[in-house]
Amino acid sequence: MLPKEKWKKAWEWKKLLAEKKTSPKEICEEYLKRAEQDKTNAFIKLTPEWARGVAQSVSQDSQDVMSGIPIGLKDNLVTKGIETTCGSKILQNYKPPYDGTVVKKLKDLQAVVIGKCNLDEFAMGSSNENSAYGSVSLPQKENYVPGGSSGGSAAAVAGGLVVHALGSDTGGSVRQPASFCGVVGLKPTYGRVSRYGLVAFASSLDQIGPLALDVQDCADMYDSIAGYDPLDSTSANRKNESCGLRVREVRESKSKRDEKLKSLTVGLPKEFFGEGLSDDVRASIDACIQKMRAKGVKFKEVSLPHSKFALPVYYVVAVSEASTNLSRYDGVRFGPRILPHENKTTLEEMYSATRGALFGPEVKRRILLGTFALSSGYYDAYYKKACQVRNLISQDFIRTFHDVDVILGPTTPTVSFEKGAKSNDPLSMYLSDIYTVPVNLAGVPAVSIPSGLGNHQLPVGLQIIGPSFSEPELLSAAATIESLLEE
Amino acid sequence: MSHPTYHGFEAVIGLEVHAQLSTNSKLFSSSPNAFGNSPNRNINPVCTAQPGALPVLNKKAVEYAVKAGLATNCEIRLRSIFARKNYFYPDLPKGYQISQFEHPICEKGWLDIEFEHEPEKKEQKRVGITRIHMEEDAGKSQHMSGYSLVDLNRAGTPLIEIVSEPDFRSSTEAVAYLKKLRAILQYLDVCDGNMQEGNFRCDANVSVRKIGAEKFGTRAELKNLNSFRFLEKAIEYEIQRQINVINSGGKVVQETRLYDSAKNITASMRSKEEAHDYRYFPDPDLPPLVIEKNYVEAIKKDLPELPDEKATRFVSAFGIPEYDAKVITSTKALASFYEGAVDHSANEPKLVSNWLMTEVLRKLKEDEKEIEDCPFTADKLGQLIQLIKSGEISSKIAKTVFEEMWLSGDSPKSIVEKKGLIQVSDPGAIEEAIRKVMQASPKQLADFRSGKDKLFGYFVGQVMKETQGKANPAMVNSLVMAFLKGEKS
Repeated sequence: MLPKEKWKKAWEWKKLLAEKKTSPKEICEEYLKRAEQDKTNAFIKLTPEWARGVAQSVSQDSQDVMSGIPIGLKDNLVTKGIETTCGSKILQNYKPPYDGTVVKKLKDLQAVVIGKCNLDEFAMGSSNENSAYGSVSLPQKENYVPGGSSGGSAAAVAGGLVVHALGSDTGGSVRQPASFCGVVGLKPTYGRVSRYGLVAFASSLDQIGPLALDVQDCADMYDSIAGYDPLDSTSANRKNESCGLRVREVRESKSKRDEKLKSLTVGLPKEFFGEGLSDDVRASIDACIQKMRAKGVKFKEVSLPHSKFALPVYYVVAVSEASTNLSRYDGVRFGPRILPHENKTTLEEMYSATRGALFGPEVKRRILLGTFALSSGYYDAYYKKACQVRNLISQDFIRTFHDVDVILGPTTPTVSFEKGAKSNDPLSMYLSDIYTVPVNLAGVPAVSIPSGLGNHQLPVGLQIIGPSFSEPELLSAAATIESLLEE
Repeated sequence: MSHPTYHGFEAVIGLEVHAQLSTNSKLFSSSPNAFGNSPNRNINPVCTAQPGALPVLNKKAVEYAVKAGLATNCEIRLRSIFARKNYFYPDLPKGYQISQFEHPICEKGWLDIEFEHEPEKKEQKRVGITRIHMEEDAGKSQHMSGYSLVDLNRAGTPLIEIVSEPDFRSSTEAVAYLKKLRAILQYLDVCDGNMQEGNFRCDANVSVRKIGAEKFGTRAELKNLNSFRFLEKAIEYEIQRQINVINSGGKVVQETRLYDSAKNITASMRSKEEAHDYRYFPDPDLPPLVIEKNYVEAIKKDLPELPDEKATRFVSAFGIPEYDAKVITSTKALASFYEGAVDHSANEPKLVSNWLMTEVLRKLKEDEKEIEDCPFTADKLGQLIQLIKSGEISSKIAKTVFEEMWLSGDSPKSIVEKKGLIQVSDPGAIEEAIRKVMQASPKQLADFRSGKDKLFGYFVGQVMKETQGKANPAMVNSLVMAFLKGEKS
């Protein structure tokens, strides 16, 4: 059973609220209760006071899709006065002096924030085993990973602890856990959602994205957070079109949906169906394709030839940016400070003791790699070269979208795996992002929706990729496929 | 052109100047860009590098950088890139400084400078400007015993770094360039140019080579040069030090050296091996800075009158000597003072220039002050000139009035009135004084009349003394003569 069959979606709650069959307070208490009894460790911190405060003041009749709806925030989203740890000891007890833009928007919309969700430290990881606050379990199967880095957000949605949640996606960190947990996750076009107040991992790749039970909720949440922000220089100054409305159209009219399916041209990149793709995932995706074909969807085999370089390029670009983004955690202005020799500690000793003790191994590995890649004499061979190849990867997508509306494939090569299975083998862990990483490098939007179940009855994710700034078309395509799969 | 030489060696010097831009807010945040507030007041999440905070470029700072580039004859790049310069220090909150590296906003400029290696031997030179780039300043650290304090008020303040070609051959040339550059930035109103407050700072790259050698010697970078005098002394010291090293068979090493003004020496701060690898790379938080040609043209059109143009105008419009014009236009404040005084002088620009060049500059030099510290305003100097011109006071009295203005800052009129210094031009009063003097000096009178003409001066002096110097000198002269000749009595 997929989470969306088990828990109420936001639009369902809104209906019940409109019919006065429940109240924001009741909804809030129901979710808080489940969150307090959570055994998956999805939260780093619960925020019941914040949640209750909003639930009490929000109007029963508020039309906005977010108002009164319990949500979770990945703990790398900055919340004023409320601990924001990034899953790291280096930000233990750090209370930011400001709200990020997205958090501010959700506050204004009176969303009910249940808590700050667990994550891999500084969003670096694919299994949520890299959190200083403990790993997160897959709600469907204990001792399995929920994916990462937005593992807590995905598990909270799948476990019914929140209605939907925000994550961040640098190389797949929203879509991969969405896929593992059987929920919907969107990585918007780079620049669509403000990064102001998102703790940076890799600035040119990071994007905040929603995790939800279905495409409708995902689209509604996206509408609430997207838009130009003058506080983020990489934010796109373009008009926003409502995705929620487009999805609603498809969902409410079967004929419209079928019409849309007939007009859809889908690209299947051969690079996403090759070696490394596990049989159960392949079977699930193939079954989807068959269903779609039967409804008249046109398929084309396409090629993204440079995507084979995506992982190495990603692990140069992302770690290089990360190595300097994380320089500010130095024990000087915030977070704990470690002085090994009390009164006689030198500055160098303070830096290395603080950073040495409070960063986890994966974060340190990436800082070292990034520092090396940017260092004098290596810059041209690594960072500069990686940026050039990144451009080629981006061109592959642009070219392909001349011929197809969307690109479709698996979100991840396998379903969720057991905790510990890959934690000592970073390279095999990195491979779980092989289909998601090219999307971040190209800056295009992509959504993962559940396609069915694979091994151990664990969810499989279908990734749909669109051209830059095509979220309305992308999400309405996702809604048609979702609706078809429900039949 | 004479080349200063140092016992067979020649010096090669280049300057790197950091000028703080006088924008209202910081380079990448809305925090106020202000000097003198109590510590850690002018800060916000961006300039304290809170997690998640992002930089947004200040448009005014771009305008100022373009102005500086145009005024120093640079090419303005329509696309420039901000880069991160990475190093750890407590007053550098992000652990990197946002700067420009590969693609700065201005390149390939020049400035003409004038200087004298020997008195009265004026020389000119065109100095190359390699580049001007924009960057943010760091905060300030204060080291106490056993701990340090960090003030982030300055963190994120906009700077331009102006890098010259290694075109200077002496400290004199370097100082002439630095003064000219400062004047230009002040004229543009983009930088206050106060070296003590640190909003105009300078590092010098110094090397020496045997005369005739093609290759540059190994250079040392000198820091902590926070006045023109220190720049001059540090360079001269360093040239001599490097020559001594070579002459005693040693090798100059590439290093950064700190100038110690108390001891007048430079001392090694860090060697090349200890130098940072700054790991420059384009800042992914800031897209390339793209400006339009029209924008640059509009700024160009609006550039104010710069020192050289102003000096030329002063010579032609006011008829003052070129030398005076150059001195007066050497700082914006001095030029404004002059123009302000001329405006109130009843059209006596030459007289104003004389008084400014002699009296005012002498006083400032004595007190080690700048024109900004002048105790009275420009209009008051103009009024003083008016009083002289109209004959209300003599030049001699004017000097007394000037001294009083220097002490009290009062207007010359009120000083003259208060002290009763108004020139006596009433013939009756002067004649009265002459009679008194003649009565008291029968011997001198007899001597004069018997042919000792030189005694004329004696009588004039006595009359001036009798009138406490207030008598109109021209009238005293003619009346004394009339009395001595017996035409009057």
